[in-house]
Amino acid sequence: MQFGLSESQQILKNNARKFFAAECPMSEVRRIMETETAHDGKLWQSMAEQGFLGVVIPEEAGGMGLGMVELAALVEEMGRALVPGAFLATLAAGAAIHAAGSVRYLDEIAKGQVKATLALLESSASWDPDAVRMPAIHGEKLFVPDAGIADVMVVAARDGGELALYLVDGKTVEKTVMPAIDLTRRLYKISFNHANGERIAKGDAARKALDHALDVATVAACAELTGGMQRTMEIAVEYAKTRKQFGKPIGQYQAVQHQCADMFLLTESSRSATYFAAYALNEGVPEARSAVSVAKTYASDAGREVGNRGVQVQGGMGFTWENDVHLFYRRAKANEIAFGDATFHRERIARLVIDRMRASAAG
Amino acid sequence: MDLNLTPQELAFRDEVRAWFGENVPKDWVRRRNEEESMVARFAYLRAWQKKMFDAGWAGVSWSKEYGGRGATLMEQVIFIEEMARAEAPPMANVLGLGLIGPTIIAFGNEAQKKRYLQKILSAEEIWCQGFSEPNAGSDLAALATEAKLDGDHFIVNGQKIWNSYGWAADWCELVVRTDPNVPKHQGLTVLLVDMKSPGVEVRGLKQMSGESEFCEIFFRDVRVPVENVVGKVNEGWKVAMGTLMHERGTFGAALQVNYRRNFNRLVEIAHQIQRNGKPASEDPVIRQKLAQCYTEIEVMRFNQMRAFSQINKTGVPGPEGSIQKIFWSELNQRFQQVAMEIMGPFGQLAHGAEHAFDQGQWEYGYLRSRGNTIEAGTSEIQRNIIGHFVLGLPKSY
Repeated sequence: MQFGLSESQQILKNNARKFFAAECPMSEVRRIMETETAHDGKLWQSMAEQGFLGVVIPEEAGGMGLGMVELAALVEEMGRALVPGAFLATLAAGAAIHAAGSVRYLDEIAKGQVKATLALLESSASWDPDAVRMPAIHGEKLFVPDAGIADVMVVAARDGGELALYLVDGKTVEKTVMPAIDLTRRLYKISFNHANGERIAKGDAARKALDHALDVATVAACAELTGGMQRTMEIAVEYAKTRKQFGKPIGQYQAVQHQCADMFLLTESSRSATYFAAYALNEGVPEARSAVSVAKTYASDAGREVGNRGVQVQGGMGFTWENDVHLFYRRAKANEIAFGDATFHRERIARLVIDRMRASAAG
Repeated sequence: MDLNLTPQELAFRDEVRAWFGENVPKDWVRRRNEEESMVARFAYLRAWQKKMFDAGWAGVSWSKEYGGRGATLMEQVIFIEEMARAEAPPMANVLGLGLIGPTIIAFGNEAQKKRYLQKILSAEEIWCQGFSEPNAGSDLAALATEAKLDGDHFIVNGQKIWNSYGWAADWCELVVRTDPNVPKHQGLTVLLVDMKSPGVEVRGLKQMSGESEFCEIFFRDVRVPVENVVGKVNEGWKVAMGTLMHERGTFGAALQVNYRRNFNRLVEIAHQIQRNGKPASEDPVIRQKLAQCYTEIEVMRFNQMRAFSQINKTGVPGPEGSIQKIFWSELNQRFQQVAMEIMGPFGQLAHGAEHAFDQGQWEYGYLRSRGNTIEAGTSEIQRNIIGHFVLGLPKSY
């Protein structure tokens, strides 16, 4: 048993850290987030050249054909660097296409030529695929990430009574930005007016594809949260070592030091839960779905708590616009919400674990 | 990343599982929750350890040279998990097996190894630790129990406290001050003390949970032969820290299995007990709280797997090792509180009460868990360790 990255996985992670430190320092993050779409074409192309955009896309479809653990390692570093733009949106859409048994756009996604997103939520704001009501393909979708630059959208809609997934050209729909807490990633309202789309799955197949895409995206969100926590902790600990009050570094006071220790506990535990979920999903073990929910439950709450302590430890400086911590704090809240918050995933655990324990006792 | 067991590990697991399957006493699960004198209970556990020893299962982590199995770390973890899974009784000589034996192996001389180790494994001699004192708890190095050299003996005077198994112990690993004129960490020595020596007095210390797991031990002019020094005179701090490292090691492996069993039992209760005319397990608030407990128990398991893997790979615990103590202790307190909420008025019922769930063990579990964030290094000390030794913040004390 080895719970930890293999040598090649560690190399991938180290390379990603070096790459984003060079190509996407905080000055770049701040520049890109001020643009209309919070997306940078040059950075995106460099990421494609590294193979990052096709990390879990099969080799025969033009990707690197790596697994969920490699994805988590990469995305953790992206979270640590607060990389803006459509990576998570494109990942979710690509995973849905692939899980629906299609290879449409996967090669272009891996090459950086196509950016994609997943349009799921409606006015009910539910992450449960059962809540999809929009008929194919007419109506409104909300909270669609990075739709502003998406060339293609995977749209969940009802075909008759059944859930179905469609590929819709991103340029044919009306997009309205929904200004929100995370400045590094835009959310949109999409209005479909009897739009054309290619149906890639229907009924059970659509449900399975969507479930899988959401599980993949959820693990990625956990990895991003973990990376964000890591960076927030590093910034706060550095400050606690250098900032002096009453003649001592504030990190010498236990009231401050113990907040840092809590940040460490929360960050490392999120990391453990995230990599276990990635591994479980990759191996297709029976408890993979509950493991994904365990990771998202834990990392969602931990991300917020680490953010709170990261600001608190830095006092007034932590509350300023110039301090980078608020950018991570914002991202942490958006990721806490994305693909279901802790409350959503705890209820999912209740169904997957607690209800089944009664069923098995009765049976 | 690979969480599968190797063929050797699987074979080891099967062997362990088979042995426990055949040998775990059938009356233990019932007996565990019954009122019984501490002495009678201990005799039972001592006999059980002897049985494990005779079959070669006591001290699996110890090298073969000293009567163990030389198990790899993963095998130790498997062993501990299987033992918990089989609901086997604990072994009587907990501190001897887990802490003091390994300390003697690491720091003791050949004569000491020959004299003490086998009898630890067989539970022929029970051990306790004499570390904390009334004025030296978290600040252990401030301890004042003194040992003065008198020919070929040390004369020991002082008082120890919080000594688990002190009432049952034949021997004590005692930390004493042998040089009061040097900085506090430098004047300490570890002695092995025969508890039957004249001048040793043990008093029980009743806890808030009602038991007397712990003791106080008083030493008045107790004579300890110089050959009972472990390591070197005035180098006791190193030896004592070596012991505490073991305390924070593989201990969590059994906890994780026990927590999961307690969780499963609580879910069963939540399915039975009514709340607002429905089973409590259908109440949305209870569902959230149970799912949070499940989440934390799982995360504890993942943290442990990571920590064990790290030790296995590099020989030293990684940073995630230092969070375990805080994690399991605080988790258990939250879990016990959720159990109380689910059981409502029934939760408070103690052993012997009609209508109590599981012979009142939840009332006991709730009270006992309060000690978790104090014993084996308080949460505050654990956070100091993370702050200073892991994050590199200046020492706060």
